[in-house]
Amino acid sequence: MNKMILGRYIPGDSFIHRLDPRTKLLATFYYIAVIFLANNWQSYLLATVVTLAIIPVSKVSLRFFLNGLLPVLFLIVFTVLIQVFFTTGGHVYWHWGWLSVTSLGLTNAGFIFVRLVLIIFMSTLLTLTTPSLSLADAVESLLKPLAKIHFPVTEVALMLSIALRFVPTLLDQTTKTMNAQRARGVDFGSGGLFKQVKTIVPLFIPLFVTAFTMADELATAMEARGYRDGYGRTRFRVLRYGRGDLLAAVVLILLTLGLIFLRN
Amino acid sequence: MDITFDHVSYTYQANTPMAGVGLDDVSVTIHGGAYTAIIGHTGSGKSTLLQHLNALLKPTSGTVRIGERMITPSTSNKNLHPLRKKVGMVFQFAESQLFAATVREDVAFGPRNFGVSAEDADALAVQMVARVGLPEDVLDRSPFDLSGGQMRRVAIAGVLAMQPEVLVLDEPTAGLDPAGRREMMALFAKLHADGQTIVLVTHQMDDVADFADDVLVMDQGKVVRQGHPKEIFQDAQWLLDHQLGLPRTTQFALRLQQKGFKFDHLPLTTPELAQMLAEQLGGARHE
Ligand SMILES: Nc1ncnc2c1ncn2[C@@H]1O[C@H](COP(=O)(O)OP(=O)(O)OP(=O)(O)O)[C@@H](O)[C@H]1O
Ligand SMILES: [Mg+2]
Repeated sequence: MNKMILGRYIPGDSFIHRLDPRTKLLATFYYIAVIFLANNWQSYLLATVVTLAIIPVSKVSLRFFLNGLLPVLFLIVFTVLIQVFFTTGGHVYWHWGWLSVTSLGLTNAGFIFVRLVLIIFMSTLLTLTTPSLSLADAVESLLKPLAKIHFPVTEVALMLSIALRFVPTLLDQTTKTMNAQRARGVDFGSGGLFKQVKTIVPLFIPLFVTAFTMADELATAMEARGYRDGYGRTRFRVLRYGRGDLLAAVVLILLTLGLIFLRN
Repeated sequence: MDITFDHVSYTYQANTPMAGVGLDDVSVTIHGGAYTAIIGHTGSGKSTLLQHLNALLKPTSGTVRIGERMITPSTSNKNLHPLRKKVGMVFQFAESQLFAATVREDVAFGPRNFGVSAEDADALAVQMVARVGLPEDVLDRSPFDLSGGQMRRVAIAGVLAMQPEVLVLDEPTAGLDPAGRREMMALFAKLHADGQTIVLVTHQMDDVADFADDVLVMDQGKVVRQGHPKEIFQDAQWLLDHQLGLPRTTQFALRLQQKGFKFDHLPLTTPELAQMLAEQLGGARHE
């Protein structure tokens, strides 16, 4: 259960940790969009250098970022292979029916590989340095204008933060339940397909029951403390932009200008 | 069957910034046939130690020897079945492991996994449900229709049905009513009398005094003392320093001592105290 790196916060006190979560959220989305400007080796080099320069600022070891690649490794390899075999143009190195390896295909595959890795590094940076509750706060704050068109912003944000809050609890409960059933002779993850499917029931039924009980208790506790809806509530964690956020914006703008300048 | 820890350390989430000490260089032996109590304040590593008893956790360093099996940091997760059969474990809040449609099926689940035939497993279920003090008519009810305390008993029956050599209990009576607690403790005492090895984690010092014949005191992932309850509870101040209590009888005796009574050793149980008082007050032998 501990292998899930996406969505795991590593506590710290770096410049990036201290950025406003809204900045980090917006910057990540902006970065993912702007990286598509790169279209030659010079612009990709710039993007790579900037990204690799930003990562150490977080003071999180590079190992966590590399681990972040693992869950999507298959996707990356698959995309790269498609590029290699199906893009045609330039010098042909190898050819067989539909498939061919060409110089253009290889370059494109290389570019796509770099782009995917950079995007994953940046999203990993976001989740490694931002507690999920701060992310929920950021989403709420950014969605606030939608309240004008009667979108239930506070409710959605509450649902989001409750869901995020209970992910670790449920993972914990999963480990406990698996252990309890292991002690009663269940082998998770071994044996044939039929045997494995059968192990799902003793794991999931207790988990569902616990989840429903927790939801029920939480609702009761919230009502007992007078919760009705989110309007007019004050907040414990107040979001405020600071100087660092300005600096982050400047870096992104410089990156954008650099990419526009270098691309062809 | 003895279980021996040899310089066992366990680190949670090793190799991450969140690493936390679960066990720190523990070397102890839990003797076959003994009734061992493990005490220690919250977070001292009791549950972590228990999970090493049937290899749910493997040491980060050191070795655990369970009967003939050696568990080292590199032991594979395969082939642990025979071990799980020998060491039955009742977890903290065990009621949350129930899943089957009926109590009967849930209790028979363990034995079925260990290769007992359907008929025999069912017979075991009937027998164990009775043994934990539940009426026969719960057998065909859904475990989720029972009260929390009844569910706990079903979970305990589910582990007893595996007929383990070593019964490991992590705060099995927490949250039960006083009568339920007494019944459960009496059941474990009876099993022990019939030769069952028992390992019990508890915060109830009275239960330790009444039932255990060996006590491990844990603090910050270490076993800081091991001994007979008589020795462990003599050092009242030391226990209080480790955020632990004393059996009620011992507390009472301490207060009598302040009022001028003399005890050459502090009594643990009510009969023991009564006997000592009877002697001091010049009465006849207490029965
Ligand atoms: N899954 C986990 N991940 C990280 N740390 C853990 C985990 N489980 C326990 N710990 C840590 O290990 C230490 C020992 O925990 P353990 O559960 O063994 O304590 P305990 O003695 O059983 O406490 P209690 O009396 O509250 O049940 C604690 O400091 C705890 O924070
Ligand atoms: Mg515990």
